[in-house]
Amino acid sequence: MTEYYTRMGDGKRVLMTKEAIMADIQAGTADAADMAEIPALTSADMEKLFEIISDKNRIVGVEPGKEVVLTYDIGQLDFTGDNGNSGNGVDMGRLEAALLHERALGADTFELAHADYSIKPVKPIIANEMQTMEEIQAEIIAPYFYGAMPNMGLYYAPDGPYGNPADLMREFKIEESMASSEAAAEHLARDIEFVGTRIIAAGADGFNFDTTGSAGDADCVGTLNGVKALREACPDAYINVGMAGESVMGIHGSIEFEGQVVAGLYPHQQVKVAQKAGANVFGPVCNTNTSKSLAWNLARAVTFIKACTDVAEIPCHVNMGMGVGGIPMCETAPIDAVTRCNKAMVEIANVDGI
Amino acid sequence: MAVPHYMASGMGGIRSAGDLVARMEYSKNMKVGEAKEYVAKKLGISTLDIADEFIMRELREELRIGTVTAVPGVPRGIAAKMNIEKLLDIKINSCEKFRGMLN
Repeated sequence: MTEYYTRMGDGKRVLMTKEAIMADIQAGTADAADMAEIPALTSADMEKLFEIISDKNRIVGVEPGKEVVLTYDIGQLDFTGDNGNSGNGVDMGRLEAALLHERALGADTFELAHADYSIKPVKPIIANEMQTMEEIQAEIIAPYFYGAMPNMGLYYAPDGPYGNPADLMREFKIEESMASSEAAAEHLARDIEFVGTRIIAAGADGFNFDTTGSAGDADCVGTLNGVKALREACPDAYINVGMAGESVMGIHGSIEFEGQVVAGLYPHQQVKVAQKAGANVFGPVCNTNTSKSLAWNLARAVTFIKACTDVAEIPCHVNMGMGVGGIPMCETAPIDAVTRCNKAMVEIANVDGI
Repeated sequence: MAVPHYMASGMGGIRSAGDLVARMEYSKNMKVGEAKEYVAKKLGISTLDIADEFIMRELREELRIGTVTAVPGVPRGIAAKMNIEKLLDIKINSCEKFRGMLN
């Protein structure tokens, strides 16, 4: 019986038969469909996904004419960062990193980033970031954003002024926990407006919000309120709202954005609140299960993202880093897996970018 | 990750017209198909050709909108973006700020 080289969600190479791959595709799409109450992939989609996964070539690609835009996150940190960001540990200036991405790596957009890649630590050094933005904008041609994670965890004790909701809940202080989340969300929204308006004033094309909702539903609401304020202050700014996961974690449980409870929202619902807040582009996410195969993970991810692009009124640039979008969760994502995920997201999920 | 992404599905930024399509997605909320058609029409070529490095290398130099290889005297940075503003009929924030600094 013919077997095909493919991958597990942790990146390990495995051999699977067509029957095993198809079974995982069916199980992956069924899992997403059941979780989000969205359509599963059609038989034709699943057959196409099998063809992509079982392709004998080491790398695959989209058909000419189907290329999409690549929006980059994390800025120069993919060169300068450590292995926590799959960074190479190559120290270099931010101008050099930006121009290398533009002129050597085929980036359609790029961004400036703080070493911590979070909103909060940018505040005290905003003048430095504005100066660097002005300098790089003078030289770069491609759209050049400022990028950061909302990362509301930094606003909780011991790093921030607000009580840690998880600690408070363990003490059965539920109302205090919710109040702490709400206060932190308001603080985050103020900081987004502070940092965002200043960096746009320095000439940034826009702002890329990476891993929205990573600290739960209040993080998501704080970010959306920050985006709304930034949109009102800077009507022409390019705003990309990228998410942290396929479902918003309900740590608060009932916090709302514009009357919508955000806990438990899936990509096809998340995109609607992002649009309402003022995003130009939405970055849906589906996290990878390392114990499942590439076929299972990719089918599941494509199902979530296809349902999202079907209803989106704005372009969707799916997150395709290490451990998202079907890509294995490892520092050195194998290129056979990465390129298969790209092709499936473009040709089956109909994304506008990556 | 940059290399496999570009090779599998990317437009290639200023190697072709990826930066221009990105600007239309972000500035006008255009989906990728509409953005490509808009850019192709402005460039006077097909939507297939706007991702063709061979065609776009010469065209970008001719239109003075920035080239991926270093050509002395050919606009890059703000100068190239000012030409992109005219080509795509959009405003670019950094160009607006630059103009605001002039007397």
